[in-house]
Amino acid sequence: MSLTLLALQALNGLQFGLILFLIAAGLTLIFGVMDFINLAHGVQYMVGAYLAAWFTAATGSFGLGLLLAMPTALAFGLLLEVLIFRHLYERSHLDQVLATFGIIIFLNEGVRLLWGSAPLSVPLPESLSGSIPLFGGISYPVYRLAIIAAGLGVAALLYGLVNHTRIGMLVRAGASNAAMVSALGINIRLLFTVVFGFGAMLAGFAGAMVAPILSVEPGMGDNVLILAFVVIVIGGIGSIRGAFLAALLVGLVDTLGRFIAPTLLRALLDPAAASQTGRALAPMLIYILMAAILFARPSGLFPVRR
Amino acid sequence: MSARLRGTLLPVSLFLALALVPVFAKLGPESFILAIATRLVILALAAMSLDLLIGYGGLVSFGHAAFLGIGAYAVGILSSHGIDDALLQLAAALAGAALFGLLTGLIALRTEGVYFIMITLAFGQMLFFLATSLAAYGGDDGMTLSSRSQILGHDLLRSDAALYGLSLGALLLCYLLCRRLTASRFGRVLSGTRENRTRMEAIGFQPFRFQLVAYVMAGLIAGLAGFLFANQTGFVSPATMSWQRSGDLIFMVVLGGVGTLHGAVAGAAAFLLLEEVLSHWTEHWRILFGPLLVLAVLFARGGIAGLVGGRRG
Repeated sequence: MSLTLLALQALNGLQFGLILFLIAAGLTLIFGVMDFINLAHGVQYMVGAYLAAWFTAATGSFGLGLLLAMPTALAFGLLLEVLIFRHLYERSHLDQVLATFGIIIFLNEGVRLLWGSAPLSVPLPESLSGSIPLFGGISYPVYRLAIIAAGLGVAALLYGLVNHTRIGMLVRAGASNAAMVSALGINIRLLFTVVFGFGAMLAGFAGAMVAPILSVEPGMGDNVLILAFVVIVIGGIGSIRGAFLAALLVGLVDTLGRFIAPTLLRALLDPAAASQTGRALAPMLIYILMAAILFARPSGLFPVRR
Repeated sequence: MSARLRGTLLPVSLFLALALVPVFAKLGPESFILAIATRLVILALAAMSLDLLIGYGGLVSFGHAAFLGIGAYAVGILSSHGIDDALLQLAAALAGAALFGLLTGLIALRTEGVYFIMITLAFGQMLFFLATSLAAYGGDDGMTLSSRSQILGHDLLRSDAALYGLSLGALLLCYLLCRRLTASRFGRVLSGTRENRTRMEAIGFQPFRFQLVAYVMAGLIAGLAGFLFANQTGFVSPATMSWQRSGDLIFMVVLGGVGTLHGAVAGAAAFLLLEEVLSHWTEHWRILFGPLLVLAVLFARGGIAGLVGGRRG
């Protein structure tokens, strides 16, 4: 195991973690403010990826495609909010889970109907293709660095928005006591819609960003959704800061675990057994991590006080 | 009709109808009808065990298919090593389900509400990924069973009717057991905790223990369903415990009526009927199924059992 390879994997982990953060941030805000568990958040990510693929193919430019995909993802999220989600805020979590599960089934099948089951591929933008040399003689794809930069940029933006603006203050207030905010004369419905649309757009942005490096296919949001759940459960539901740290933790542990677990086990077992056990163990690592953290702190690392 | 009569009318007619299935199956394509009916009974068993958690414990588990998977993999893994005795396989299925239930329950039940939903989902997914990485047992693709389980060395389950009978017997037994359980002191403590945990603690109960026992019990029943499921399909794969299957089970419980037990049977029947009818109609049947699910949540409260009456608990 070479150190440069480890550094490359760490960068991949960071990139994966930041994508997870983009999704988890919306999910945790929506839950924190509206007490609404939205399983359909993962399909927003898928819709973002499909929109980016579609607009890129139509316009011939990834930049333009991304630019068009964002407002469309936002509009789509708002449409869902007005049509369905709005009627679920007052319902039990069980009803919310089931209804949003139905939306997942519908949208997964919907994209299959529109674009087929075969994965779409999106060409890398010309200006961001290729690799640049980093420290120690290794090189890293420019596009992945761009994702890292975009992820960090959004994280900084969110930090500023939530902590230093009026709307951010309302969001934080809504997360601790929505009824009180409403009683103080704030239009809580409007706040909900804004938060919801913003979360949907972030997930769509994440999907659009990964479209060139992953295959765009039906159901691509499902696994990401569950990982985003792991992230917000570890971070503490409703906490952006918790989501950020937990997303990086999950991204790094997942990526590095797949790389390190077989290598470490080789010290204990013979190579064949080590690689097999390692491969079986690696995908379980983040869940074990989650279990360990929850065992010590049942409401996550940064629980929101209510 | 008195409430008590209405409470027994639906379950009795449901079980009577199920008992008559083998008779009517002879009139049509027998193996097809029996296969569907067996699937129905097995899924009803799994859904009923989930209703024990959701309806009585207020614990919305989104990882219940994991137990189904454990039961199925117990059959698959043992039979791939040449052990096809039903009792051994069943013992392994139940032991595996109990162990998994105990370990995950210890952690998941420390949390509540939406955390519990997400954690059970994550644990289910953990097991799913473990199954996909078991290259020796088919990995992603799963494995085909060479034969059904043997009972004391005899191939008694080879006939579809025998497997159906066994499944229905298991469902009836578990139903009666669950009814007893929910009406007992144990069940009352469980429902009491759902209503108000603080009060239950104040009058001296430790709700955690009761919830853990319920969680393991539900896991055991679902593990039994998994054992039957593997025998019915003759095939074991990670898809047995996909999170979509957990969602389907929740849907069956809600469709049938939460907190009624027999509602889960009606829910499973309605679910399979929907699936069959819609998938005959179009290959993309899920595009209709999804909106139906949303509409069912928005408008049909109380489920099938609620419509017929006799809602308990």
